[in-house]
Amino acid sequence: MSGSAVGASPARVGGVERVTGRQAYVADIPFEGVLHAHLVSLDCARARIVSIDTSAALAVPGVRLVVSAADLPQPVPRFGPQFQDRPVLAVGETHYHGEPVAAVAAETRDAAEEAARLVKVDYEELPAVFTVAGALDRSAPLVQDPDLRPGDPLARTNVLREHRYGWGDVDAATADVVVEGTYAFPMVTQFAIEPHGFIAAPDGDGVAIWTSIQHPNWLQRILAGVLRMPLAKVRVHAPDPGGAFGGKQHAKYEPLVALMALATGRPVRLVLSLDETFQAVRRGASEIHVRSGFRSDGALVFRDIEANYLIGAYADIADRTVSKGSYTSCGPYRVPSARIVARSILSHTTPSTAFRGFGNPQQIWAVESNMDEAARTLGIDPVELRRRNLARPGESFIPGDTAADGDWSRALERAAELIGWGSAPPPGRGRGLAVGLKSGPTTGLSHATVRLLADGSVIVSAGTSDMGQGARTIFAQIAAQELGAPLDWVAVVMGDTAVVPYDQQTSASRSSVFMGSAVLLACREIQARLRAMAARLESVPEEDVIVDRGEVRVGGRTLLIRDVLVRGLGRLGGELIGIGEMRKEAEPDHPLGGTAAFYEFNCTAVEVDVDRATGDVTIVRHVTVSDVGKALNPLQVRGQDEGAAVMGLGHTLMEHLIHDDAGRIRNLGAIDYRIPTSKDLPLTMESDMVENEDGPGPYGAKGMSEGALLCVAPAVAAAVHDATGASIRDLPLTPERVWRALRDTDSSAGPPDAEGAS
Amino acid sequence: MTFARRIDLTVNGRPHRLEIAVHHTLLEVLRDDLGLTGTKECCLVGECGACTVLLDGISVDSCLVLAVEADGAEVTTVEGLAVDGRLHPLQEAFLATGAAQCGFCIPGQLVAATALLADDPQPTRAAVEEGIAGNLCRCGGYEQIIEAILGAAAVMAADGPAGGEADSVARGDPGR
Repeated sequence: MSGSAVGASPARVGGVERVTGRQAYVADIPFEGVLHAHLVSLDCARARIVSIDTSAALAVPGVRLVVSAADLPQPVPRFGPQFQDRPVLAVGETHYHGEPVAAVAAETRDAAEEAARLVKVDYEELPAVFTVAGALDRSAPLVQDPDLRPGDPLARTNVLREHRYGWGDVDAATADVVVEGTYAFPMVTQFAIEPHGFIAAPDGDGVAIWTSIQHPNWLQRILAGVLRMPLAKVRVHAPDPGGAFGGKQHAKYEPLVALMALATGRPVRLVLSLDETFQAVRRGASEIHVRSGFRSDGALVFRDIEANYLIGAYADIADRTVSKGSYTSCGPYRVPSARIVARSILSHTTPSTAFRGFGNPQQIWAVESNMDEAARTLGIDPVELRRRNLARPGESFIPGDTAADGDWSRALERAAELIGWGSAPPPGRGRGLAVGLKSGPTTGLSHATVRLLADGSVIVSAGTSDMGQGARTIFAQIAAQELGAPLDWVAVVMGDTAVVPYDQQTSASRSSVFMGSAVLLACREIQARLRAMAARLESVPEEDVIVDRGEVRVGGRTLLIRDVLVRGLGRLGGELIGIGEMRKEAEPDHPLGGTAAFYEFNCTAVEVDVDRATGDVTIVRHVTVSDVGKALNPLQVRGQDEGAAVMGLGHTLMEHLIHDDAGRIRNLGAIDYRIPTSKDLPLTMESDMVENEDGPGPYGAKGMSEGALLCVAPAVAAAVHDATGASIRDLPLTPERVWRALRDTDSSAGPPDAEGAS
Repeated sequence: MTFARRIDLTVNGRPHRLEIAVHHTLLEVLRDDLGLTGTKECCLVGECGACTVLLDGISVDSCLVLAVEADGAEVTTVEGLAVDGRLHPLQEAFLATGAAQCGFCIPGQLVAATALLADDPQPTRAAVEEGIAGNLCRCGGYEQIIEAILGAAAVMAADGPAGGEADSVARGDPGR
């Protein structure tokens, strides 16, 4: 049992399918009689659609449907998780490069592609905005029709929402030193290796969908609204996504594909190209101004933060990334006074959405870079400055929110120790370190059922999506441990809203905590029934029976759960069913609608080597330490931490979407948009964790899948400064940008200052 | 107008005679005509490696190979790595190190690693990094993938002549 128990690292459940090619992602599901869909979009961001001529497309042999907004229910349904602003197909005007204006369904992919090329769209390009400054300009065109925002005082601006938080009196605060700067974070895209795929099919008097989605139940609600069907008639199948990272949280083209399936009476499959996924999802870019006041001893006095996030043409869940990411923007520190303003600014670009870190990497880049500049100004070691200000366990560091739920200094000290902080780095190299946190879920609801079958095997039903984080394995481990079954006697059923009970969402690193707890509670319900069963069988009072981790103890004797079960169920057999529910209610008075269920805390430390001739940055060592509460599966924790770290190196060193004057993404696709490869890895990577069993999840677990991404950029930039004296406030740290900064530093300031990490 | 041509293709040791569209890639033929969906489609420009297969023992991006170019060739896909239900040492190693997260890039990684070990049975870490440099993993699981490949190489070496299995797979030997 020890090999599969909680805290051990059994092989991933679903692993064999993944290494044999048998794992069926949406594009792999065989479908009899399926029609192939293809999207039609324009070669610019914003345009007025004059006319759409589908006659040539319809004439292509095998074409069964060509649909534009005029062919949809009127008014064209709009949808979105936060605002109902995204139309199923562009209505009258396009708002970003790649927004579909029409779609084709045909018997073959070839016919669909050919017909899509033959849809003739007459359009007139219109002025558009692609930057924060452009969108905020008084003369800027409005991205959204004000009629979509009734009663909104900001409706005649491109600011979708403005969020204000704070405490204390920043203006009255007196500081010995004030450090300020503006820090920019680029547009980056999720780039899941599985492009988004969607299948819809008529299903009796309802509809069935197969989609690579993180939140099947949320999608069910969206589709029920668009199609005007009861929830029970919308069946969402959610095969494991081939990577999601937030980009597959919310509905994109599912409503379109569902309407096409209903119009043709046939199953319709749409699989996006990678280029189309770039046009479908991205992270919000940001320009964040941070002004921090310190006493001369390094104690923080105030923070004054103004964050402008450039979101896209439709809100998707972007505004929530802004409100949530900026709410914790003061960092894991004791800050007596704070003023935070954050804006979600619409632009004629791909709708930004959730992306691992959810609005926080942008803030942490700004605030931690600011902390390093402060350390240099104050003449205090960067680790010491953080040590002095870090919130202590139980300290209320954001008034009215969850207190510090970990001993965060342990992660800081551990990372500093592993990177060798305090010793001089080798000549030419530099070290940097950053800390950061992300607020966990503010509300949540996960149901699970667990069935203990007559032979002692177990079926867990859980609506989480296993997109690589390994949720299926965790749930199986919990059930195996609690019910005394071997791991391979546990089946975990996911991804079918007709079969699996409700789960709010797979996001915010919640699944081990929320669904894990629901599974645990369901197991506990079964244990209670086993207890009653054992008491009856043994003719003892229930108080004399203990059920614990797969065993039943009666008096001095220990029985196996399975033996009690077989005897207790009797000749009819059957099963025991447990239902578990984990719920975190909304708190209406809280600015985010609820306090943090937990915090994901991480400390990242790096040592870099900078090639002064080329500006190329090599990560010589990368240390990442996360406070995980309890590692339910240490191997998977390592995979999440190292994977998040590598992903963080992407936006730190190389990734950014580049637009031309027409708002077209110039580096569309894998040739021109680089993500880290095996050759971009740190020369050595170490991941470690702090386990104090102080989380709200099973056995003290916290969520942990995003933490190791949060601090990569500021840690690397600090190390580049330590190595070279160059201070850079814009990401990514491309060779060209570093080279230019080195040139400017060398020409202006003389020799680089020697303060910093060493 | 679609032009068709007949080709002979041996895939994972099994011969096929296929009528295919001349403009279809090997990737399309594997997935759509033969139903071998273990080979994945992502970037279609030969950058991501999700569609990696062995073509007469050489690791190629099947999205960049026209199926007609593969006429008469032997192809090995991820489905051909396990023999009689017994996982290849690379597959075992990927499981043991936790290298497969979402799993979407893993078929390509495994096939690329198979080719690598066929050429270089005891690769250095640097050689492994180079060998899978054309296979993107957005889960960022490279460390565990590299560990798996190095681990499999050690196992295959320890297994002696049977360790030549990857070699025969790489050459598409149907007689194994």
